[in-house]
Amino acid sequence: MILPAVILTLTFAFTIVTENATAAPPADAVMTIEITGHRWWWEIKYSGDSSGPVTANEVHVPVGKPIRLELTSADVIHSFWIPQLAGKTDVIPGQRNIAWIEADAPGVYRGACTEYCGQQHANMAAFVVAQSPADFAQWLEHQRAAAGGAASDSVAAGFAVFQRSACASCHTIRGTSAAGRIGPDLTHLGSRATIAGGTLANNPGNLAGWIANPQTIKPGNVMPAIPLRSRDLQALLAYLETLR
Amino acid sequence: MATTTVPAPVSERLTRIWETAPGLFGALATVDHKTIGKRYLVTSIVFLILGGAEAAALRVQLARPDTSLMTPEAYNQIFSMHGITMIFWYASPVLSGFSNYMWPLMLGARDMACPRANALSYWTFLMSGVFLYTSALVGQMPDKGWFAYAPLTETAYAPGLNMDFYAIALTFLSVSTTVGAINFIVTLFKTRAPGMSVTRLPIFVWGTLTTSFAVIAAAPALTAACVMLYLDRRFGAHFYDAAFGGSAVLWQHLFWSFGHPWVYIVVLPAMGIVSDLIPTFCRRPLVGYTFVALATVSTGILGFGVWVHHMFATGLPATASSFFSAASMVITIPSAIAVFSWIATMWHGRPVFKTPMLFAAGFIILFVIGGVSGVATAANAYDLQLTDTYFIVAHLHYVLIGINVFAVMAGFYYWLPKITGKMLNEKLGKVNFWLMFIGFGVGFFPMHTLGLLGMPRRIYTYAAGLGWGWQNMWVTIGAFVFALGVAVFIANFFWSLVSGADAGPNPWDAPTLEWATPSPPPAYNFARIPIVAGRHPLWEGRDGEGAGRSLLDTGPILDQGRDTFGTTPLDAEPDEILRMPEDTMWPFFLSLSILVVAYGLVFNGLLLAVLGTVAALACIVGWFWPRRPPAASAGA
Repeated sequence: MILPAVILTLTFAFTIVTENATAAPPADAVMTIEITGHRWWWEIKYSGDSSGPVTANEVHVPVGKPIRLELTSADVIHSFWIPQLAGKTDVIPGQRNIAWIEADAPGVYRGACTEYCGQQHANMAAFVVAQSPADFAQWLEHQRAAAGGAASDSVAAGFAVFQRSACASCHTIRGTSAAGRIGPDLTHLGSRATIAGGTLANNPGNLAGWIANPQTIKPGNVMPAIPLRSRDLQALLAYLETLR
Repeated sequence: MATTTVPAPVSERLTRIWETAPGLFGALATVDHKTIGKRYLVTSIVFLILGGAEAAALRVQLARPDTSLMTPEAYNQIFSMHGITMIFWYASPVLSGFSNYMWPLMLGARDMACPRANALSYWTFLMSGVFLYTSALVGQMPDKGWFAYAPLTETAYAPGLNMDFYAIALTFLSVSTTVGAINFIVTLFKTRAPGMSVTRLPIFVWGTLTTSFAVIAAAPALTAACVMLYLDRRFGAHFYDAAFGGSAVLWQHLFWSFGHPWVYIVVLPAMGIVSDLIPTFCRRPLVGYTFVALATVSTGILGFGVWVHHMFATGLPATASSFFSAASMVITIPSAIAVFSWIATMWHGRPVFKTPMLFAAGFIILFVIGGVSGVATAANAYDLQLTDTYFIVAHLHYVLIGINVFAVMAGFYYWLPKITGKMLNEKLGKVNFWLMFIGFGVGFFPMHTLGLLGMPRRIYTYAAGLGWGWQNMWVTIGAFVFALGVAVFIANFFWSLVSGADAGPNPWDAPTLEWATPSPPPAYNFARIPIVAGRHPLWEGRDGEGAGRSLLDTGPILDQGRDTFGTTPLDAEPDEILRMPEDTMWPFFLSLSILVVAYGLVFNGLLLAVLGTVAALACIVGWFWPRRPPAASAGA
């Protein structure tokens, strides 16, 4: 009876100590990132930054610095988990949960939504990209910038397709008239490694397939298949290519 | 110990009084606890097979990465139905089946205290299950998991009938569980044989008793949660809608304050089965009977104080989490008491490894592994890594299969000879055990490591690059070996009906009262009501158990009608003679009426729902319409 009592007490003591060490973000957290869960992708916003860089699914952080995360949901309950960096924190509509992460080494840390959130719960990956402070600052500066203007006629045609074909009603491209709020911000689409909530690698072939047939790749997701003529699709891809 | 003999005219008269009429009327009207118990067992095994088939489909889909054998929608419906079926329509009802069949026999009574309520409890269980599976016929099975977290279940995210089936089926089932629980409690405190004091109850009875109190305390939380969900969905009530001042986390609190006690509801009677059969096969009384009984009750009570360990990640204050973390660790103490008691009983006994004992031994091993992984999930800081990964899937299957299914298999091998009168095949039994035990280990152990590698639960597929493939293949292979074991059990059951040796009254030389009756027991259970004077009435005269104090051959007969003894709550002193009710169709018709209401509610058929309600009220009036009793006082 004594041995189990000792084991249990020690287990609980360690639990309390760890809990206290990890529960609240340290006072010296260098920045706050707002993460909003959507079915089935993550919206990532660098707050306290008036130009408000907004991106999706890939959280860039400076290495070796504690980062405060504010988590909420636009629809149902999700849970944010990067196993190598921290435990899970649920992402709940009507509630703002606080978590924090700190990456010790540069690299890409994969995680996923871990609260069942419907049909495509399986395809809702999240990534933390830890960079040296200098690289991170550069990345952040780049993300702040609005999208550049059209460099050629075909790119301009692509943007016309983007606006005409309802893309703009769901997606924002800062610096243009496209200001939809339903899907991910595409201002710097090309800077992300994956698309569709981590389902596909971000390359022109996958992007074309995704635009042509999102319901086959990720059935039930919110993006409708929009029939485009081949020429329009090529123009659209050429335009999206410029969103680096 | 021979069974009691009475003169032939007496036993014929008793049979006439207690026997159910043949034919359709008898089949629908019977209130015989043994028939009801058998129906519970068969029905819940049918649900086990359905839930198992669903699990097999899931495992085929997950065996390899990037598989697209089924659509995500199909996968989500099937994994939800797997959980709902196993937890609600198999794990608890199968134990109710054993309890219904065994309680009066173990307690020396002729029936449950409320035989008609017992029939109602079975019919509502069956019909709520039929209702649930109607959703499969219309292709809209519940698809938000057995836990059905709001707001994912609101119409905005779940527009079909799927979650309406869920909410109504569970509310319907709660009628069955509540009525059944009340019946067990009344039976325990009212209709034990004279002398069957609370210190002489088999541990299995303690388990079901604790469970019954827990059901009454826990089930309303789920019922309320489901009714609120239905109101949200059909009447725009916004209970779980944060945008309108509701709370998404409210569902979780209600669900888990029911859900965690429910875990103990589906394991405590199963632990009781093992506590009672280990002494039989170790040829000695259970070590620490009183401690095990107290541990059973205290587990049931502590089970109400741990629900938040399912919710550590929801962002509750650390202090609150720590409290529930501590409570979750404390609950290991009574479990450990039971484990040490089983081990000590085997240590000091002479274990005979017949099939029931093999399953009991396997049960103990899985119980310990599941318990240790349970402590890991109780530690809130660590749980934030474990929760909602395959580690939890491993843990819950060690607990639910280890403690429930293995104990149930032990119970079948132990008691089926009593129920059918035929022995099962011992060789097939051993094949059965090893297939299930090895299949379980191969199938479920790797889920721990998959969880630690980061595989989340409830995903319909995963990418090849994540490296989870080969372990998932193991899991699938193990699951199919396990399923083969279940198939061997079913084959063995039918084999025993055809070619099994006659069991005789007490094939295992067991100590408790159910073995004092012939196998299968007659409609009236005991020709003479036993007078009990010890915990092991059939072992008296050996191992210091005292000689011949219980009276099995000379007790009263009571053959003037459906009579059994009413006894005092603690000491079981004879108090009155209870006249038990006759067979009746009302419970069947009442259940049918509720089924009509359920269909009305799900298909938006207001008229149907109203008709069903009127019919249900009419059934209740008919049921309780005063009749001149044949004689003496009437039981309920």
